[in-house]
Amino acid sequence: MTTAPLTNKSIFKRPEKPYVNPYLGGMILGIVLFLAFFLTGNGLGSSGATSRIDALIVDTISPSHVDNNPYLLKMAGGDKNPLDDWIVPVFFGALLGGFASGLFNGRLKFTTTKGPHISDRTRWMMAFLGGILFLYGARMARGCTSGQALSGGATLSAGSWVVMFAIFGGAYGVAYFVRKLWN
Amino acid sequence: MTFPLPEFIAVSAANPWTYVLFGVIGFAFGFTLEMSGFGDSRKLAAQFYFTELTVLKVMFTAIVTAMVLLFGAVSLGILNFSQVWVNPTYLWSGILGGLIMGIGFIIGGFCPTTSLASASTGKIDGMLFMLGGFVGAFLFGESEPLFTNWYNNAGYYGRVTLDQVFNLPIGVVVLLVVLMALFMFWGAEQLERIVGKRDMSKDPKLRLVGAGMLFVLALTVVFIGTPSLEERYSKLAFTRTETIPGLNGEEPVINTYIYTADQMLEKRLVQIAPAELFKTIYNQGINLVMLDVRPESDYNLYHIQGAINVPVEKLTSVIPDLLTEPPANSVFVLMSNDETAATTTWKQLSASAVPNVYILEGGLNNWISFFGAEEGFESASGMGEDQLDYVFPAALGSKYESCDPNPVAYEDLEFESKIKLQLKRDKSGGGCG
Repeated sequence: MTTAPLTNKSIFKRPEKPYVNPYLGGMILGIVLFLAFFLTGNGLGSSGATSRIDALIVDTISPSHVDNNPYLLKMAGGDKNPLDDWIVPVFFGALLGGFASGLFNGRLKFTTTKGPHISDRTRWMMAFLGGILFLYGARMARGCTSGQALSGGATLSAGSWVVMFAIFGGAYGVAYFVRKLWN
Repeated sequence: MTFPLPEFIAVSAANPWTYVLFGVIGFAFGFTLEMSGFGDSRKLAAQFYFTELTVLKVMFTAIVTAMVLLFGAVSLGILNFSQVWVNPTYLWSGILGGLIMGIGFIIGGFCPTTSLASASTGKIDGMLFMLGGFVGAFLFGESEPLFTNWYNNAGYYGRVTLDQVFNLPIGVVVLLVVLMALFMFWGAEQLERIVGKRDMSKDPKLRLVGAGMLFVLALTVVFIGTPSLEERYSKLAFTRTETIPGLNGEEPVINTYIYTADQMLEKRLVQIAPAELFKTIYNQGINLVMLDVRPESDYNLYHIQGAINVPVEKLTSVIPDLLTEPPANSVFVLMSNDETAATTTWKQLSASAVPNVYILEGGLNNWISFFGAEEGFESASGMGEDQLDYVFPAALGSKYESCDPNPVAYEDLEFESKIKLQLKRDKSGGGCG
């Protein structure tokens, strides 16, 4: 694996452990996903939480705006608390879990991961832009890679498999044009 | 005990452990992603240049592992699939949204949860992706009114699973997906070897054992099959509570009983009086669906206003619609002339996990004698079981007064209330939607 120069400031000077084998990681993730369905009937998810946090912010600034937009109304209309949904604790749990793994595996550091031929600046802008696009698409598709591809895929939802192929299709289709970002 | 656990289907302030459980699930999720290397955008992007296909391996291993375990549990009868959230299919918004996500993926180098794993470990690009995400989701909320009709209706097929699309048994679909995944893993490893120039000797042989086990598990799911309707009927459990008021200012006593389906029928807990049905018609909090399961000829002679005719033979074909379309507060009342056909269909619907199904006590004959006493219908004599006890000279359907009784005239009615609303998975109550 190529290692680009990294801007870093180690929070903890721990030896970095290697990543787990992808099949093992996938199997563990699959068990977590199964247990989620088994215990709660819900799979995993993420983008819904982002929408709900947004709805809370909008509701704080302008409740009437929320009440006039049916999409937002469903989440935060009137007295409704948009954060009172299973996906929100999952979102915050995932943040904590990611942190814990980073801590445990010696991977906590302020750094930027990017291809070898672009600057940090470029990478930051692209990451921000990518985030905008991805979540816009995720809300349109009613779920992201975890909500649709992983969860919907495991339950054999026809629509989810379509979304999954569309995600891969979109990425592969554009990969050539942005290859300078990564190679 | 049936899974999923009813108390954990949604978060609720009444049960704070729900927040804890979902938090723990999220924790495991984020931890697993980070330890698999998804905090690093290069690893994610490499998938799309064929140098390293970790994304495919992790995603598909996760999907097939969860799938095999899930449908295995369903086949064994321990997981109630109707309570499992299955993303409804919105074909066009799904495709367009997916394509946009793909573009965001290769430009940004993350997906939402991997950006969480990345941001939480200090990666600045992960944090920026996350922030961009909040902007993107906000923009969607603002722009949605422009295409809300398309968004909510185009290509909407409801809850559809691949076995229904291809008309194959679930176990076969599971097996085919496992085989496809194993093939893709093999292909991925070839690509990594050729394009990524990876040293394949470093991969543990254990993965072949894992592949074998997955295949065997999938085969098992095929062979167990799905529980039959009789098996599911015998496993049904209904909860009823009884509140006994406290004496001398003591706390009331609440007794909870769990009954089998047959017990519910024997104890007359699902047969509702015509009076209760009548009151339910006007209950704004309940979406009442009246299903008249008699032959069309009987229905045409006399039926309650608003009742839909679904003869017994046609009933199984409408069950999938009953499971997905109606809102969460739907109550189904089955009716035949007496109770025979209604009871049979009650058993079928209950075994198929349709919630809130009741039977009109005494059927149409009882309804007519209660509400139609003044209409002077002529009694039919010597009719057999579950036949109309009245003679109707013409097929007037629901044109009689008693088909749609006057709510003012019948304002005060006494009856033993038996309808207990059990909420099911709502269209928008789960998932990311």
